Amino acid sequence: MYKILLRQDLVPNIHLFKVAAPVVAKKAQPGQFVVIRIDEKGERIPLTIADWDKKEGSVTIVFMEVGTTTHRLALVEAGDFITDFIGPLGLPTHIDKLGSVVCVAGGFAVATIMPIARAMKEKGNKVISIMGARNKNLIFWEDELRSVSNQLIVTTDDGSYGRKGLVTEPLKELLEGSERIDRVIAIGPSVMMKFCALTTEPFGVKTIVSLNPIMVDGTGMCGCCRVSVGGATKFACVDGPDFDGHQVDWDLLFARQRIYIDEEKRSFEQWQSQDGVSS
Amino acid sequence: MPKLNLNREPMPRQAPKLRGKNFNEVALGYSAEQALAEASRCIQCPKRPCMDGCPVEVDIPDFIKAIRDGDMPEAVRILKSKNSLPGICGRVCPQESQCEAACSLAKKEAPIAIGRLERYVADWERANRQSIDSPVVPPTPTGKRVAVVGSGPASLTAAADLVKLGHGVTLFEALHVAGGVLMYGIPEFRLPKDIVQTEVDYVTSLGVELQLDSVVGKVMTIDELLNNGYHAVFLGTGAGLPMFLNIPGENLNGIYSANEFLTRVNLMKAYRFPEYDTPVKVGRKVAVIGGGNVAMDSARCALRLGAEEVYIVYRRSEVELPARREEVENAMEEGIYFKLLTNPKQMLGNEQNWVVGMECFKMELGEPDASGRRRPITIPGSEFIIDVDVVIVALGTTPNPLIAQTTPSLETTRRGTVVADEATGKTVKDKVWAGGDIVTGAATVISAMGAGRRAATSIDEYLRGQ
Ligand SMILES: Cc1cc2nc3c(=O)[nH]c(=O)nc-3n(C[C@H](O)[C@H](O)[C@H](O)COP(=O)(O)OP(=O)(O)OC[C@H]3O[C@@H](n4cnc5c(N)ncnc54)[C@H](O)[C@@H]3O)c2cc1C
Ligand SMILES: Cc1cc2nc3c(=O)[nH]c(=O)nc-3n(C[C@H](O)[C@H](O)[C@H](O)COP(=O)(O)OP(=O)(O)OC[C@H]3O[C@@H](n4cnc5c(N)ncnc54)[C@H](O)[C@@H]3O)c2cc1C
Ligand code: FES
Repeated sequence: MYKILLRQDLVPNIHLFKVAAPVVAKKAQPGQFVVIRIDEKGERIPLTIADWDKKEGSVTIVFMEVGTTTHRLALVEAGDFITDFIGPLGLPTHIDKLGSVVCVAGGFAVATIMPIARAMKEKGNKVISIMGARNKNLIFWEDELRSVSNQLIVTTDDGSYGRKGLVTEPLKELLEGSERIDRVIAIGPSVMMKFCALTTEPFGVKTIVSLNPIMVDGTGMCGCCRVSVGGATKFACVDGPDFDGHQVDWDLLFARQRIYIDEEKRSFEQWQSQDGVSS
Repeated sequence: MPKLNLNREPMPRQAPKLRGKNFNEVALGYSAEQALAEASRCIQCPKRPCMDGCPVEVDIPDFIKAIRDGDMPEAVRILKSKNSLPGICGRVCPQESQCEAACSLAKKEAPIAIGRLERYVADWERANRQSIDSPVVPPTPTGKRVAVVGSGPASLTAAADLVKLGHGVTLFEALHVAGGVLMYGIPEFRLPKDIVQTEVDYVTSLGVELQLDSVVGKVMTIDELLNNGYHAVFLGTGAGLPMFLNIPGENLNGIYSANEFLTRVNLMKAYRFPEYDTPVKVGRKVAVIGGGNVAMDSARCALRLGAEEVYIVYRRSEVELPARREEVENAMEEGIYFKLLTNPKQMLGNEQNWVVGMECFKMELGEPDASGRRRPITIPGSEFIIDVDVVIVALGTTPNPLIAQTTPSLETTRRGTVVADEATGKTVKDKVWAGGDIVTGAATVISAMGAGRRAATSIDEYLRGQ
C-alpha cells in the first residue's frame, strides 16, 4: 500500500499527489512513469513522474480526470492509501547539452515536462518553454515552469490568458526566428504532440514526444502499448515513452487509444450511477 | 498375482456446453472412492519407472500406496517432501509425456492416472490442513540472505527450499500479485487462483518476505541487490516477452498477444468487467494463432467470454499440436474450431483500424525439421480469408531483456535466454543463479520447479562454504 502524503487541486480537474514510494523516488529520472492501481478491482494506469524527493522518499504525480480511474483517483485524499505504485518505468528522457531547447507542454503535461525542463537547464541548455491550456482557469504552475526556463510563453485557446491560440503558433515563430533551435520536446495530448511534430518537421529540428498509448503492465510483457515508429513496431512502455515525433505513425496511435471507447463509457456510466459522487 | 485392472478412472468434468459459459474449473477432481479405485490399480512394480519420468522424482508408488492404505496424511507427507506445489502440478503437468508415459501400465494404454491422484492428495490437504500436524521445526538461521527475483514456480520453489534451510529470503515480483504465469497466464477454469494463492501463502508462511510491485532492473539492479546485503541472487523471471508474426496489419485494433489477452482476463479479471475495471474485447469471431497450451487457453477464454466462433489457426496438423492432448480434447468438446495447416499472411482492417479479416495460406507438411516435426510448407496461390474481429497471437514468448540489459556479465543466448549450468543453475556471473523459463525458454511448471530446487541446493552449498 502506498500512502498519499499530500494532495493539491491544481485546477478543478487536475490534481497533484505526493506519494510515499521511497524505492521509486530513489531511481526516478525525468521522463519516466509509474503504473498505479487504486484498489483490488481497479485498472492499472500509467502516470508520468512529475517530481520526486529521494530524502523524503516521495514521488509526485499530476493527473487529469478523464474516465473512471482518474475520477475515482480524484476522490482519494491525503492520508489515504492506494494499492499499487510501480516504477520507475520506461526509459528516461535523453538529457544532454544541446544548445537551445524548446519544451512544449499542453494541459496536465505542464507538470510532467517540469523535470525535463529543469534537467535540460541544469545541463546548461537555454530552455524556452511554451505552455498551453484551453482557458485561464486551467493554467497552473506558470511560475514553477518559468523558474526552470530562460523564457516562458503561455497560450490559451480562447485568449482568456496569455497569448490567444495554440502552442504550435509560438513554436513556429521560434523556429522561423533568428535563433537556432536544437531540440524540441513536446508533451501533452496526442493531437498536440502530432501538430508540434508537423510544425517542426520542415525545419528539420529533432522533436521528442512522449507517447501515451493504452498500457497494462508497463514492463514489456503484453504488447498492448505497441506503436509504430519509423516503420518498426515498438513497445512504448520499454522502448519509450519518448520517441522521435517525426517518425511516429500518429493515426495508428489515435486508433489504438480508442480501442475501449465503448467499454470506458460503460464503465464510467456504471460508476457514476453506483458510486459516483455527483459534483 | 491379481489380474491387471486396465480401467482408468475417468476424471469427472463439467459438461462441455455448461462449462463453455463459465470460468469454473473444468475438471472436478476424484471422489474418495475414485481415488481409492485408481490407486488400487497400481501394481507397485519394483522398478518404479514412473519416478524416472518425474522431473522432481516424487516417490510416486509410495504416495499411491498411502492412498490405498487410507493414510492420507502420509500421502501428503510423501508427495510434499519432493513437490511443494502438488495442487498445481496435479492440474497442469503434462503427465502423459512424463510419469504416466513411463508407467508399466502405459504399454497397455492404461497408465495409472498419477496426475489425478496427485491432485486428489493436494486437494485433500487443502480441505484438511488443520487436521494434519506438520511439526515445523524452525531452521537455525544462517544469517545469509538471498534475493529471489520473480515469483513463478521456479522462484517459489527456490524460495521455499532456501528459507527451510535457514537462509533469509526476499521474493521480488514485478506484478501486483505473486505466482507468475500460474496467476496471469493459466486461466481459472484450469487452475483456480485460490489454489495458487494458497501455495504462495504457504511460502510466505515459512518466512519468505514478498515484495510485490518491484521491477528488478528498474527499482534496483542485480548488482545493487548484491551490494545491499544479499549474498546470492536467483533469477526466475520467466519468459514474458510476447512474439508477434511480423506480418502486415498486426497492430490493428482487436489484435492481442496471448499475454495481453490472458493478463486482462486472468490477472485483471476482465471477465467480471465492469465490476473489475479492466476491459477486454470479446469479439464475435475470434482467431487464435498457435497450437500450444497458451493458444488453447486463449481460445477457451474467448469462448467463455461469449465469442460465437473461436478458431485455432495452426500451421501444422493435429498430431503436431504442442498443447497437452487433454486440453486439445477439452477445447474440441467445447466447440473450438481447428483450422489446421493454415498460416496467416496478413491482417485486414477497416477504416476505423479494426481487424475484420485474416488472409491465410494453406500449408502442407514436408520433411521433418530440426524439431523432428514435419516442416510446414506454404502452398502457393492458396490464400483465403477468415472473417474475424479479434485475433490472439499465441506464438510463444522469450525472456524479457530487462534483467540482461541491466546486468553486466550475465551471458545470454541468441534467443535471449540466460545461460546457466543445467545441474546447478549457476550463471557465469558471480553469486547469481537462474532457472525456469528464463533459462529454457517457455517450458513447463514442473521443469521450472526442478530448476528452482537444484539452484536452491547449489546456493545453499555456496552459502555454507563461505
Ligand atoms: C506513459 C504515459 C504517461 C501518462 N502520464 C499521465 C499523467 O502524468 N497525467 C495524466 O493525467 N495522464 C497521463 N497519462 C494518461 C492516463 O494514463 C490516462 O488518462 C488514464 O489511463 C485514463 O484512465 P481513466 O480510467 O480515467 O479513463 P478511461 O475512460 O478509461 O480512458 C480515457 C482515455 O485514456 C486512455 N487510457 C485508458 N486506459 C488507459 C491505460 N490503461 N493506459 C493508458 N491510457 C489509457 C485511452 O486512450 C482512453 O480513451 C499517461 C499515459 C501514458 C501511456
Ligand atoms: C497460458 C499458459 C499456459 C500454460 N500451460 C501450462 C501447462 O498446462 N502445463 C505446464 O507445465 N506449463 C504450462 N505453461 C508454462 C508454465 O506456466 C511456465 O513454464 C512456468 O510458469 C515457468 O515458470 P517460471 O518460474 O520460470 O516463470 P514465470 O511463471 O513466467 O514467472 C516469472 C515471474 O517473474 C516476474 N518477473 C519478470 N521480470 C521481472 C523483473 N524484472 N523483476 C521482478 N519480477 C519479474 C514475472 O512477472 C512473473 O511473475 C503455460 C504457460 C502459459 C503462458
Ligand atoms: S504495457 Fe504491456 S508491454 Fe507495454
